[in-house]
Amino acid sequence: MNRVLSRARSHPAAPGRPRTGPPRPPRLSRLRRAGLPYLLLLPALALELLVHLVPMTVGVVMAFKGLTQQYLRDWTTAPWAGLGNFRVAVDFDAPVGAALLRSFWVTCCFTVLAVGLAWLLGTAAAVLMQDRFRGRGLLRTAFLIPYALPVYAAVITWSFMFQRDTGLVNHVLHDQLGILGTPPFWLIGDNSFAALVTVSVWRSWPFAFLILTAGLQNIPRELYEAAAMDGAGVWQQIRRITLPALRPVNQVLVLVLFLWTFNDFNTPYVLFGKSAPEPADLISIHIYQSSFVTWNFGSGAAMSVLLLLFLLVVTAGYLLATARGRRETDG
Amino acid sequence: MRRTRATAAATLAAALAGAATGCGGGSAGGGRSSNDNPEQLTYWASNQGATVEEDKRVLIPELKKFQRRTSIAVKLEVIPWSDLLNRVLAATISGQGPDVLNIGNTWSASLQAGGALLPFDDAAFRAIGGKDRFVPSALAATGAAGKDPAAVPLYSLAYGLYYNKKLFRRAGIDAPPATWDELVADGRKLTGGGRWGLAIEGASYAENSHHAFVLGKQHGADFFDRYGKPRFDSPGAVAAVKQFVDLLAQEKIVAPGNAEYATQRSVRDFAAGKAAMLMWQSAAGALKAHNMTPKDYGVAPVPVRTKGATGDKGVNSMVAGINLAVFKNTDNHDGALKFVEFMTSTAEQKRLNSSFGALPPVEEAQRDKAFATPDLTVLRETLAKSAAPLPMVPEENQFETLVGTAMKELLADAAAGHPVGAADVKERLAKAQQQMPPR
Repeated sequence: MNRVLSRARSHPAAPGRPRTGPPRPPRLSRLRRAGLPYLLLLPALALELLVHLVPMTVGVVMAFKGLTQQYLRDWTTAPWAGLGNFRVAVDFDAPVGAALLRSFWVTCCFTVLAVGLAWLLGTAAAVLMQDRFRGRGLLRTAFLIPYALPVYAAVITWSFMFQRDTGLVNHVLHDQLGILGTPPFWLIGDNSFAALVTVSVWRSWPFAFLILTAGLQNIPRELYEAAAMDGAGVWQQIRRITLPALRPVNQVLVLVLFLWTFNDFNTPYVLFGKSAPEPADLISIHIYQSSFVTWNFGSGAAMSVLLLLFLLVVTAGYLLATARGRRETDG
Repeated sequence: MRRTRATAAATLAAALAGAATGCGGGSAGGGRSSNDNPEQLTYWASNQGATVEEDKRVLIPELKKFQRRTSIAVKLEVIPWSDLLNRVLAATISGQGPDVLNIGNTWSASLQAGGALLPFDDAAFRAIGGKDRFVPSALAATGAAGKDPAAVPLYSLAYGLYYNKKLFRRAGIDAPPATWDELVADGRKLTGGGRWGLAIEGASYAENSHHAFVLGKQHGADFFDRYGKPRFDSPGAVAAVKQFVDLLAQEKIVAPGNAEYATQRSVRDFAAGKAAMLMWQSAAGALKAHNMTPKDYGVAPVPVRTKGATGDKGVNSMVAGINLAVFKNTDNHDGALKFVEFMTSTAEQKRLNSSFGALPPVEEAQRDKAFATPDLTVLRETLAKSAAPLPMVPEENQFETLVGTAMKELLADAAAGHPVGAADVKERLAKAQQQMPPR
């Protein structure tokens, strides 16, 4: 680095001094100068290829193969299946397709609920924490704890709390408060969906809170003062000033939360193990089971490709819609 | 200077490209075994003791002994059951695996089909001291019929009915049940006052599927026909699964909470006296780990439908156990076989199996009086006379997952108070079968 700097300093800083050494052909030198940034980008590009694109391409190729346990040792020898894997995955009258579709709807409901609640909690907390008061720093730190905890440790604790006979949740709801007649199951059966949403919201709302708190710092206090002088109440201030000003932040936040929640694997895996109960059978764990537990990697890869396409379409649609929306409000 | 930088960048790029192809390439040596590295072995052991540390404590002195005899150093890694199959799969795909490894014996045919394991042909068996040293029932669970075994038996286990002697006495029952009707009748007497007749591991698909297999046999149903095609929803299979679910749903001798048990919580309940009976494979070690003294419990054969049933109707356990396999692309082929010979030698078999509470699948070792305790005798006779291997077909693991998970859902329904009829069982099993990948 020092060498680069010293040279950068020595050349242009000494105009008029005769160059030493043979003069370079100008074109080559231009080429070199133009090529240098690309050369410097090369390691990043190679890593990007290695970490992202190569595995993705391999995954897409696998989706077109009949890759079962027989071909594990050299998966390239697996027979080509054409669109067979995809046909099975989207044949919604047959059990595999029907299960995938059900898992897809479960994931959609889960995502809408979890992102919505996380956003709502995050926004409410960020707005409430906006004004200075004693203990604000402490509360802010406390709010961020779920986000700072390692996923496994946090979720396994939840799974203990959700146990029917010995868990804390039933102890409080049934034994102490007496709200529930018979102690319900949380980790199997219908309630597993509620348990999953609870844990997911608990994990992701601090992120929304953090991002929105940062976003709120950019809104000038004068706006609120002016609004208050004009007679706007708290609700009107939030609706007319805070939310519009947070719009660009929210646009990114909701997209990121959506992608993370939709693809969340850790939470259901740690909470329910390898086979999630049907009401909480998220698509990521469903695909994992289709490929790793039944060793049908071609079929699992095809489902992953379909998932990728879906997420791409949703993301593109979302970005287009929000961009148009912004242009309209700007214009 | 500029050139140095360019060269450095180019080197880096080349190194990365090399790494990329290295990752994709896997077993570049064509997957054949060799003797390129005759002084070292890597051994993946399954977790047999109460903890991974316990396994290391038992195994390391033996590995040192092997090193003194052969001057081959063995690098040991004990892998928990939850990770073992995925690790084996990853090793199969990448070709970067151990030389010798433990596998659950029910995976034998599946892994055999994957082609990652060295087949034990006559030459390999000669190298380790002969095929006829092993107990036939254990040898039957080492791969598909008509093919060279993919592994050799290392530890044998069998299901037994563990019962709490004190609770039985208190309920006025003198002998453990021999039939399911007796088990239900006893279970009713034992249930009450916060205690339950039987504990099951309802959310563990593996345990569920093992019970389905045994009860299926007793009902005359096989989950695969003789062509290896799945038959999950035959009338016998439906009756078998329903009978198991009914222990919780209809007979109510199993606590509803058992439907979410998956981490040996049923063993803990039994050890703590919360349940009077438990069907488990070689549970002595697990019970000891949960502070239950051996004199407090007895072991009986798992019940059958009618007293004295024989043949398939008398099957009351799967042939459970752990096999020892050699990875096909080992770079120490002869050393690996020497290690298998060492581990299956009579002396080591006695030592290892008694440490882990298992039975030696080597006949000479099994005759030792260390394995003649009352509970091990029950398990040994079960293995010799009335145990059957799980179907040795490549799709066996799919059977365990799909049928076991279907039973988990049925138990969850029953525990939540929903009625579970034969039609519901049939529907779930049919759905499980339809998820089997086409052959």
